[in-house]
Amino acid sequence: MIAAPPVLEVRGISKRFPGVLANDNVNLTLRKGEVLGLLGENGAGKSTLMNMIYGLYKPDEGDILVNGEAADIAGPKDAIELGIGMVHQHFQLVDVLTVTENVMLGNESVSGPFLRRDTARREIEALSREYGLDVDPDALISDLPVGIQQRVEIIKALYRHADILILDEPTAVLTPQETRGLFKIMRTLLDKGVSIIFISHKLKEVLEICDDVVVLRRGKVAGHADPKQSTEQSLASLMVGRDVILEVDKAAASPGDEILNIVNLHVHDDRGLPAVEGLSFGLQRGEILGVAGVQGNGQTELVEALTGMRPVAEGRFYIKGEDLTDASPRRVTERGVGHVPEDRQRDGLVASFTVMHNLVLCTYYQGAFSSSIVVDDRAIADNARELVEQYDVRPPIINNIAGGLSGGNQQKVIVAREFSRDVDLLIASQPTRGLDVGSIEFIHRQIIRMRDAGAGILLVSSELDEVLSLADRVAVMFEGEIIDILDIDEADRDTVGLRMAGVREGGQTVGAP
Amino acid sequence: MTAAGKTKSARRLAFKLTRKRIIAILLLILGGFIFFESGRLDSELVTTLTFESRSTGEAPSVADIPVPTAAYLLLVGLLFIVSGALNLYEFEAVRWRRGSLVLLALCGALFIPTVIIAAAAGNDTNLTTIVAESLRLATPLAIGAFAGIWCERAGVVNIAIEGMMLFAACFGFTTLFFLRGTALPLETAQLLAVIIGLLAGGCIALLHGWLSITFRTDQIVSGTVINILAVGVTSFVRREYLLSTEAGAAKLGNFAIPILSDLPVVGEAIFTNQPIFFMMFVMLAFTHIVMFYTRWGLRTRAVGEHPHAADTLGINVNRTRWINVFISGMIAGLAGAWFSLEATGSFNDGMTRGAGFIALAAMIFGKWTPIGAFGAALLFGFSDSLGIRLQMVGVGFPVQFLQMVPYAVTLVVLAGFIGRASPPKAVGQPYVKE
Repeated sequence: MIAAPPVLEVRGISKRFPGVLANDNVNLTLRKGEVLGLLGENGAGKSTLMNMIYGLYKPDEGDILVNGEAADIAGPKDAIELGIGMVHQHFQLVDVLTVTENVMLGNESVSGPFLRRDTARREIEALSREYGLDVDPDALISDLPVGIQQRVEIIKALYRHADILILDEPTAVLTPQETRGLFKIMRTLLDKGVSIIFISHKLKEVLEICDDVVVLRRGKVAGHADPKQSTEQSLASLMVGRDVILEVDKAAASPGDEILNIVNLHVHDDRGLPAVEGLSFGLQRGEILGVAGVQGNGQTELVEALTGMRPVAEGRFYIKGEDLTDASPRRVTERGVGHVPEDRQRDGLVASFTVMHNLVLCTYYQGAFSSSIVVDDRAIADNARELVEQYDVRPPIINNIAGGLSGGNQQKVIVAREFSRDVDLLIASQPTRGLDVGSIEFIHRQIIRMRDAGAGILLVSSELDEVLSLADRVAVMFEGEIIDILDIDEADRDTVGLRMAGVREGGQTVGAP
Repeated sequence: MTAAGKTKSARRLAFKLTRKRIIAILLLILGGFIFFESGRLDSELVTTLTFESRSTGEAPSVADIPVPTAAYLLLVGLLFIVSGALNLYEFEAVRWRRGSLVLLALCGALFIPTVIIAAAAGNDTNLTTIVAESLRLATPLAIGAFAGIWCERAGVVNIAIEGMMLFAACFGFTTLFFLRGTALPLETAQLLAVIIGLLAGGCIALLHGWLSITFRTDQIVSGTVINILAVGVTSFVRREYLLSTEAGAAKLGNFAIPILSDLPVVGEAIFTNQPIFFMMFVMLAFTHIVMFYTRWGLRTRAVGEHPHAADTLGINVNRTRWINVFISGMIAGLAGAWFSLEATGSFNDGMTRGAGFIALAAMIFGKWTPIGAFGAALLFGFSDSLGIRLQMVGVGFPVQFLQMVPYAVTLVVLAGFIGRASPPKAVGQPYVKE
């Protein structure tokens, strides 16, 4: 078979940011009608590279060739004209505008200065039909689930006649079902001659959809892999540069006393609408209860209520038998509850504080770190040095500003703080979101260690693989309710995936007539 | 919230202070007040609503409406109390829920007529004059609010509207003042004065843009600086150049809209008016159409909500902001020109009297939409005109309290009614291209 002609070539690209060499002499080739997988740890330079192709950054050295010709891409406008479209990791959609307005933005169909929404709408409908991207052109973005928003992003690129599509971690926010839907769409696109660069952390997906894989490590191309001859293990090793244990190694759980008991809990979201509707379940010491579910089904509100950050509308919960409904976060913390929050930048750290001060955010006022009203910085520094070493925070400098660390290392700071306390109940929400395999492996091991030391662990994750590999029991949350709790032995991907989509036992869809 | 109960029945008992209930409580208080006051009035008292000013003996083209004051107020008081009470309760049945909301709307509609009737208490009151006066006083507020919309929709906070207005009022008038002695005809001089006013507002807006877009200064700080600067510079100009002679000039002349000005009643009161007054309606239509029906408006809104998204589609975020801020400044300049050139024909220190801030409140009350802001400005204009009217009729308490009416209305409206407004998401955040 003759290889298809290259549509996009990157030759010897380098990009420096102050103090960091983000891309170092990177080469890659995307061929027509193929999917090129781009793998790499956090901070390996994948997004930087893509942003250069899309014109958001300028490379310091090197060339980008589109259809064999050197392209000078000074801004997104140039990239769009060259037929390059990008679906960003964080969707670039304006919430308060409709699908049509978002799609046409920047490339409006107009007569004179006036918008022609009808023309754009017809074009969107045509694209929807052609590529199987079902979406209502008049819906507001804020009313759409993420899976549909992603379709809007793809339509945005196609509307601009993109034939090179960059998908930056497109599956991070999707359910397994939605991911399958995305792959179907990708295959349709490939059939129509679109070429795709696919960035992902999920090795399984890369092996499934890609025709070729490039692995970046610390800004350099660490190697190529042929998906047909690779395994998850080999890709992971190539990515991290050492052997990684992907399977979580853990003994069977030995549950002890009940530590958390939730009775008919109701919680409202920010808009005052019911987000958690009548949850009841218990959690024992020495077990990990995984809460699976697509993001936005009440998990956030559940965790915030349990940690005292959000008022409870109705119902009670008990920690170690004590009623802590609507207790303050400090009281909850002092009862031996550790919390790894979902949004580490918002709720987990004070970004402008140093690592050492972030490490005592919930204990700074206690005897060990302060006497009367004066904090003891020396004790805080000693504590920090020990934790930074133990939890492998990089760089191990305790006076660094926390906001300057990479996502994975920020997460390690939080984990170090929460896990080093005397914790009986750990509530971990998306503990490994956006982290690379190396950091994930580390945090997973710590969670198992906590469990084996006798803590009860409530693990909330929209990452199905994470829940399945860590949990001893799996609770699936859908639209504010736990629709099923499964033992890990009976929880397979398909069953849990179906429950996540709202299908109850016996195939009945929640909310269907 | 801790009171929120353990069981369903407990939850029903727990009383939640929703916005609807706050309004219901206000209605109850107001209804009770009106009810008891009506009892103290002479039951023979009749308020006559008239529609045109006329000299004695002339037959009215629109009939007057006599309203028995005490009886009317008694009824309205009862209506307020009933609808307040009904709205305190969360009905399960849709019919009741809808019914109580209709009552609430009726109370809202009756609010302004009731205030007028109560204020006139037994005298004649000319409705057309009140409407015309409200519109006239709403002019700087509405135009100021449109200025705010142009700026904030693009993601730049503009609390400097007050300062921009003051600059425009000062420089517009100064221009007219110095052109007075020249050979230029008055109309031309006035037109030039207004244009200079616009440009003065625009120039100050460029300063705001320079500080907050280019140097990414906090936009509130930048706005405050401009407001303080405006007070200083304009009073300096007045002392140095305007005080030397008796500073007064002709106001902008009336202009009659063809055909419409021949209408009975409203023709003279509304459609024969000064130019900036008419510009308010032009700016309303212009702002609304540009914001919601043109490419520029779509890009502006995108830049104010999610600048990075706009950037990834090849839209120049900061250029869009610069242009919008400049237009905003010119519109604020128009509002400023109203004070010195249209309303008074003179310039005084601090003559905008906080109108720029009330315009901002109108913008927020109107949820950053031109039509909403216009409605809010009308409400403020009405309460302003009411204050003046009550002052003329003469009521039994100090005039200063009456002058507080517009500001009290602003406070109540902002606190009680609009609740959580949703500004453009990126407002106040300088855009940094990574």
